[in-house]
Amino acid sequence: MAGSLGFLLGTILALARLSKSPILNSVSWSFFWFFRSVPLLVQVLIWYNLGYLYPRLGFGIPFTDTYLVGFDTITLISQFAAAVLGLSLHQAAYSAEIIRGGILSVDQGQLEASAALGLPRHVRVLQIILPQAARSILPNAFNEIIGLLKGTSIVSVIALGELFYVAQVIYNRNQQVIPLLLVAVIWYIILTTVLSIGQFYVERHFARGAERVLPPTPLQAARRWISVQWARLDEPGTPTSAGLDAKSESFRL
Amino acid sequence: MSTTTEAATRGLVEIRGVSKSYSGHEVLHDVNLTVQPGEVVAILGPSGSGKSTLLRTINHLESVDAGWVTVDGQLIGYEQRGERLFELKEKEILTRRTQVGVVFQNFNLFPHLTAAENIAKAPVALKRVNKADGRELALGLLAKVGLSDKADAYPRQLSGGQQQRVAIARALALTPKVLLFDEPTSALDPELVGEVLDVIRDLAKLGTTLIIVTHETGFAREVADRIVFIDGGHVLEVGTPVQVFESPTQ
Ligand SMILES: Nc1ncnc2c1ncn2[C@@H]1O[C@H](COP(=O)(O)OP(=O)(O)O)[C@@H](O)[C@H]1O
Ligand SMILES: [Mg+2]
Repeated sequence: MAGSLGFLLGTILALARLSKSPILNSVSWSFFWFFRSVPLLVQVLIWYNLGYLYPRLGFGIPFTDTYLVGFDTITLISQFAAAVLGLSLHQAAYSAEIIRGGILSVDQGQLEASAALGLPRHVRVLQIILPQAARSILPNAFNEIIGLLKGTSIVSVIALGELFYVAQVIYNRNQQVIPLLLVAVIWYIILTTVLSIGQFYVERHFARGAERVLPPTPLQAARRWISVQWARLDEPGTPTSAGLDAKSESFRL
Repeated sequence: MSTTTEAATRGLVEIRGVSKSYSGHEVLHDVNLTVQPGEVVAILGPSGSGKSTLLRTINHLESVDAGWVTVDGQLIGYEQRGERLFELKEKEILTRRTQVGVVFQNFNLFPHLTAAENIAKAPVALKRVNKADGRELALGLLAKVGLSDKADAYPRQLSGGQQQRVAIARALALTPKVLLFDEPTSALDPELVGEVLDVIRDLAKLGTTLIIVTHETGFAREVADRIVFIDGGHVLEVGTPVQVFESPTQ
């Protein structure tokens, strides 16, 4: 959740930094400068403890204690909200750079062609530039999301029930430190693997047009391998071309 | 601004006193040129002489320092208030630009879209047609440039010549009054040049105004009604191919 919020905000920030407007530019630059400078841990703690500094937040008449609309900060910024807020803002600052890098990697000729065709700005950004930028954004983006997943262990300092925190609570109770840490590790690995598999398919989707032939999905690769083996069994000794074309079709490093 | 009457005009381009400098270096110097509706004009000149810059001022991909350009009497990037010209809002510029199609040297097709999607993108995005009609339109234009079987191919799966033909079809999709070509065959292998020139030749017969920057002098001589020769940002010669090639003044 912090991941998607962070990336959404990051995209807006990146676009703002690349836009012609000097106001948008400096706002996004300051945001980015601030949240990249403050350590995540400090940020999460500040958000969480804001309630002690300013017990009430709201709109009121300045210099009086009258609130028109007011909330207790503690109820407004719960543990969960502090975690989401801290992680999102932190993530936004980082993803903004990744997205900006991706946008810069798109050929200038694409913007020229879009302009010459009179494409409105939102079409240019959402349908021409970002889909092409996605190809170089995605590997880094997934790195960040996985980093964020593990980064959630940081919010255990504000006693939010994430995986690592729960593991800590349990081993403090039963002293089984290593086994419980192992359990936590296995869970992190499972979650990361699920994300990595997602990454493969998402990247494959955005590779359309960039490669003459898309890389086979694991399922397709397995089918191909089986059919090659079958062919071998049928006619031992005769070379088959079925296994060869997989290499010649697309360029790999 | 234009002296020509509205009814007679479709694709009249007037370039008056256009000058342009990049950081003190003058790239275009007081260029004047009128291209009649349906006329085919070829712009020749050495590399760096300002041909691309001139072409790009026509649809305001490049702003001008002095002078103005109109298509059928309408300024593309500016509006006139009193004696002064003001740059238009982006939205307005985009609308006016659709009257002028551009074909680039490097094709600049959208690599993540198929040939048909490339062509339908602008008419659909500008809400001129719905998605289904956009596809129909694309298929019709692909047939025109001889690529009916390539509708669902991605640009990278096409040869350079085929990509450039898709790019021409894409420029035609908005039914522009004027088509600009910036060295449309310069990025192509010699054996692919012919197929692209054939398509341009067909367009020349159909009566769209064409302005073509090219190094193919033979082709320019054959299809162009008039040749413009530029050097160092100055228009040196304007005339029919016979005038320019057989009795050059320079
Ligand atoms: N954006 C730019 N900034 C600075 N100089 C430029 C720029 N674009 C073009 N020029 C210069 O303007 C001159 C004309 O360029 P161009 O119109 O592309 O020439 P041509 O198309 O005839 O080869 C060249 O000397 C080129 O270096
Ligand atoms: Mg040029």
